[in-house]
Amino acid sequence: MAATARRGWGARVVLLLPYFWLAVFFLAPFAIVLKISLSQTVVAQPPYAPVFDPAAGWTGLKSFFSQLTLDGYRLICSDQIYILSYLKSLQVAAVSTIILLIVGYPVAYGIARSPRGLQPLLVMLVVLPFWTSFLIRVYAWINILQRDGLLNDILLALGILSTPVSWLSSDAAIYIGVVYSYLPFMVLPLYATLEKMDESLLEAAADLGCPRWKTFWLVTLPLSLPGAAAGVLLCLIPIVGEFVIPDLLGGSQTLMIGQTLWTEFFSNRDWPVASAIAVALLALLLVPIVIYQRLQSRQLEGLR
Amino acid sequence: MRRTSTFNIVSVALGLTFLYLPIVILVIYSFNASRLVTVWGGWSLAWYRELLHDEAMLQAASTSLRVAALSATAATVLGICAAIALTRFGRFRGRLAFSSMVYAPLVMPEVITGLSLLLLFVAANVDRGFWTIVFAHTTLTMCFVTVIVQARLIGFDRSLEEAAMDLGCPPFKTFLTITLPLIFPAIAAGWMLAFSLSLDDLVIASFTTGPGASTLPIRIYSEVRLGVKPEINAICTIFVAVVAVLTVVASLMTKRGAMQRERAAYAAQV
Repeated sequence: MAATARRGWGARVVLLLPYFWLAVFFLAPFAIVLKISLSQTVVAQPPYAPVFDPAAGWTGLKSFFSQLTLDGYRLICSDQIYILSYLKSLQVAAVSTIILLIVGYPVAYGIARSPRGLQPLLVMLVVLPFWTSFLIRVYAWINILQRDGLLNDILLALGILSTPVSWLSSDAAIYIGVVYSYLPFMVLPLYATLEKMDESLLEAAADLGCPRWKTFWLVTLPLSLPGAAAGVLLCLIPIVGEFVIPDLLGGSQTLMIGQTLWTEFFSNRDWPVASAIAVALLALLLVPIVIYQRLQSRQLEGLR
Repeated sequence: MRRTSTFNIVSVALGLTFLYLPIVILVIYSFNASRLVTVWGGWSLAWYRELLHDEAMLQAASTSLRVAALSATAATVLGICAAIALTRFGRFRGRLAFSSMVYAPLVMPEVITGLSLLLLFVAANVDRGFWTIVFAHTTLTMCFVTVIVQARLIGFDRSLEEAAMDLGCPPFKTFLTITLPLIFPAIAAGWMLAFSLSLDDLVIASFTTGPGASTLPIRIYSEVRLGVKPEINAICTIFVAVVAVLTVVASLMTKRGAMQRERAAYAAQV
């Protein structure tokens, strides 16, 4: 490649600047999380031990390694609270991703089949809420779901309910909040593949007498699978670690893992256990994240 | 065969209603005169007036805007560099590690990113506050800028750059005079996305903040935990209005850019 041969100091800066930034602020912190997850909680500043001290030399290094423990991991593997919150997170993520597929597919399909001139506007309308604050969109649902909120008012007025129901602090509220917040992430990748689809394939199927539902099942659906996969990963991975939605809309019976991490860190000030939770969460999400990166780079870079 | 069936219209309409109804309700409630949020007491601007006297909220808003402007600008510079490296440098050493680091933050749960950045700042013995939030937000949002700019660079006609270089224009000048103006709409869109993501972030800011630096989402969150208040509806409405205006401006800019490019391409053919 010509650009490769011509690469001078300017090009080196262009590459090394973001490279080092990400290495320092994204990669290095994970090493620190891993180290602290192996530490012990102490009442000190910082609240963990041992503290790595390169000045102590070889003996210092040896005592540093001898002080590392697996206590944090032992705790999160033995205490029910942690195991239940992992399971809860997986359950919420799996169920809401399925709901998102069911809700998002018809919307994406409808946009892809709408008149060409209208499509950019419809896509923008789907994206616009994503640009609005996540926190505000979750908060907006509190207005609707709370005990004296709009939903109860309407249901009571219609005579469907006789006494107000608490919709908040329930799993249903979490699912509503998650589906609402993540819908654009499901619709956009689906729309991108559906819109690129060659329509002559559908015409061919119709000409050969294939009924429309069967064309959809045999042609459209398989061709839209890459978009569906991207949408599923784009929703599933962040939902597992979601904090804001379950914290504001969910109940206090079973916490999701993001909430547990938050509580360990901010309320209990147990940094090693919080780090161990983060490492375990990352291990759980590693495979989906790698698959997602493959999809992303294939799509953006045209690499095989 | 492009038929707009009833089913398609209904599903798009329902989808958009679902997306917008809660926000519309929130906006309407922000003009409610009654202190009880859900009891309608007529139209009023009382909560907006109240907001003007809420020092803590105004302070938080100003912190948020400064953090967002600084981090979006830094993220745009870094994102442009990363996008160029990924689209133009072919297969360089460490490319896989680089692209992994670029794409991973897009889906990484915020609690993990926030916790790890905080532990980095603690380990480096940095005082936490305004600047640590700026650095954290730059790291998160530069990845979004990279993806947007990268998409534009891929659909880019390189013959213009080649023509300039063939005529003896040095690479750096070619970049400034040819490439940069052509990818400007993507850069502007990337900056605005970075800005609004930073303005929006609660989790990472909560981890990386220190005494005295509380951003708008941190402030709103602590109020919301205590229950729904009409003032919160008002500040949220202002927030939504600002973002809506920014988004419309961004999309008009991209559209104008696209139209100019088409016109230029047409002129070139003639």
